[in-house]
Amino acid sequence: MLTRNKLVLGNKSVKDITEDICAPIEVYPSKGWLGLFTTALSILIFYVIILGAVIGKGMGLLGVNHPNAWGTMIVTFVFWIGIGHAGTLISAILFLFRQKWRTSVARTAEAMTVFAVMTAGLFPLLHTGRPWLDYWLFPYPNQRGPLWVNFRSPLLWDVFAVSTYATVSMVFWYVGMVPDFATIKDRAKNKIRRTVYGALSLGWRGTAKNWAHYEMVYLLLAGLSAPLVLSVHTIVSFDFAVSGLPGWHTTIFPPYFVAGAIFSGFAMVVTLMTLVRIGVPEFKNYITLDHMEVMNKIIMATGLMVGYAYGSEFFIAWYSGNPYERYVFFVSRAFGPYAWSYWTMITCNVLIPQVFWFKKARRSIPIMFVVSIFVNIGMWFERFVITVTSLHRDFLPANWGNYAWSFFDGAILFGSFGMFLTLFLLYLRFFPAISIAEVKPVLPVGQDHKGGH
Amino acid sequence: MAKVGMGGIAGIWTEEHAVVKAAAKTRESGYTKFDAITPYPVHGMEEACGIKRSWIPYVTMVTGVVGLLAALLLTWWTSAVDWPINVGGKPAFSLPAFIPIMFELTVLFAALSSVAALFYATKIPRIDPPTIDPDLTSHKFAIFIPQNDTGYDEAKIERFFRELGASDVKKVAEY
Repeated sequence: MLTRNKLVLGNKSVKDITEDICAPIEVYPSKGWLGLFTTALSILIFYVIILGAVIGKGMGLLGVNHPNAWGTMIVTFVFWIGIGHAGTLISAILFLFRQKWRTSVARTAEAMTVFAVMTAGLFPLLHTGRPWLDYWLFPYPNQRGPLWVNFRSPLLWDVFAVSTYATVSMVFWYVGMVPDFATIKDRAKNKIRRTVYGALSLGWRGTAKNWAHYEMVYLLLAGLSAPLVLSVHTIVSFDFAVSGLPGWHTTIFPPYFVAGAIFSGFAMVVTLMTLVRIGVPEFKNYITLDHMEVMNKIIMATGLMVGYAYGSEFFIAWYSGNPYERYVFFVSRAFGPYAWSYWTMITCNVLIPQVFWFKKARRSIPIMFVVSIFVNIGMWFERFVITVTSLHRDFLPANWGNYAWSFFDGAILFGSFGMFLTLFLLYLRFFPAISIAEVKPVLPVGQDHKGGH
Repeated sequence: MAKVGMGGIAGIWTEEHAVVKAAAKTRESGYTKFDAITPYPVHGMEEACGIKRSWIPYVTMVTGVVGLLAALLLTWWTSAVDWPINVGGKPAFSLPAFIPIMFELTVLFAALSSVAALFYATKIPRIDPPTIDPDLTSHKFAIFIPQNDTGYDEAKIERFFRELGASDVKKVAEY
């Protein structure tokens, strides 16, 4: 008979779960954490300085110029937004599919979503060039007519999609944490901790009537987040697909972007989870090798989907008979000046994840860590390929020009990781990194032998 | 939910299945205002306590429709009425282009108001509400019967809870 492996190892009791998950928050931070945090914070400070320069001096510091009006900021924006998608997929879509294994990774994946969206959100705001006027993006009654925003523009759809996504995923994440904050508050030994977590818990007490409403709202939020997450990367892909530029103007973009987003997001979840497992060894009983293995399967499946999309783009370019589109794919993208970035993308996204056909590779922490890093690199390059190789050679050869990559391009890409990691490390330190109230019901204990339910 | 400041008596259990059974028995014994306090949503507790399905989905539905209509009104009025601008020769009221906005605002309104409804239904946020036992958010379960419930009799309830396997019975001054 086929039996399922246990979702939580180590014969934990309900009390053990509370203690294990609260432990990292209740002890003095380890040297490892302090070291990582200092590094991340230094990168964040560097990032702030670089962004200060880009805001103060102007967008000219970056390589964006005619004809490459979009560059690192847009590429990195799409990269981070995509990362976020896996979190919502795990927390919402797998919840709707009743995938119980999601419980122990959902919280951290959602946190990753929130921080990735925060990191991503800065880029389009700064890319406007005059970020102090960004409030113009919203339709509010003003004294300029009132002049309204252009609701027919995909860029404006993006404003709505990303801000809705950021809001809803933050609310979803927070609602999920409320009962756990109450747990931490009730365990608190000192007054400050009790007050802070008491405030965060909003006075949650967990009566049966409250849980009935709570579970309903959780289900509703999952149901709302599932189409939302699909809409967000669809709309991000519209930023490209609605234009008339060969290489961007394709109907496959929405599903291709969504699959790519889930692919990159799961890679980031695996990267972070391997590190969390090293940082907090006790979590290995909650985030087991089985969890890592299913995520690696998803990485491979979505990797094949993006591989299919890459192939399909070539096929359609040939099949359409459009000479400009044929040129973009068969000449410029695959063999032009940016061919190296194209083949980096193919290697990292399509070839390397194939090692996950082997069970040994799927269950090996070092292998999955390396593969997930490659996928992260490959997915950044995918957006670079889409953005830059389509722009740098369009219809008129007189218009051609390469992207003038500058120090600041590299610096904002590097720095954005500082922002993300600082937030993530603070989260690991102060918030319950596994959902306490969600893991307990998946335990086999208590679902008892003495005639319970 | 018991009213703020209502005293009563609470039994504490350490086993999930025992508290579900106790809740069902409490209900059968005619108590109507009792509530169970658990660290996580316990499967079968709603049926045992006779809790009705949450009404929050109605809020979600209505506010979702409101969000949809608000977005339609906003895009239509700004683009076709207040200052119609010819963008790429598209009609002033170009509905397909407004669908993304309508979808996003539907989700935003529905999600935020569902959470607001949750806050209202569960009466949070509350500053420092009284707790019966700090372990009730960790690994213990309780059933609380308020003083104003029908047939409230401390000694009787204590015996009743003990019979159902309560590890502890507490008199609660305020919950």
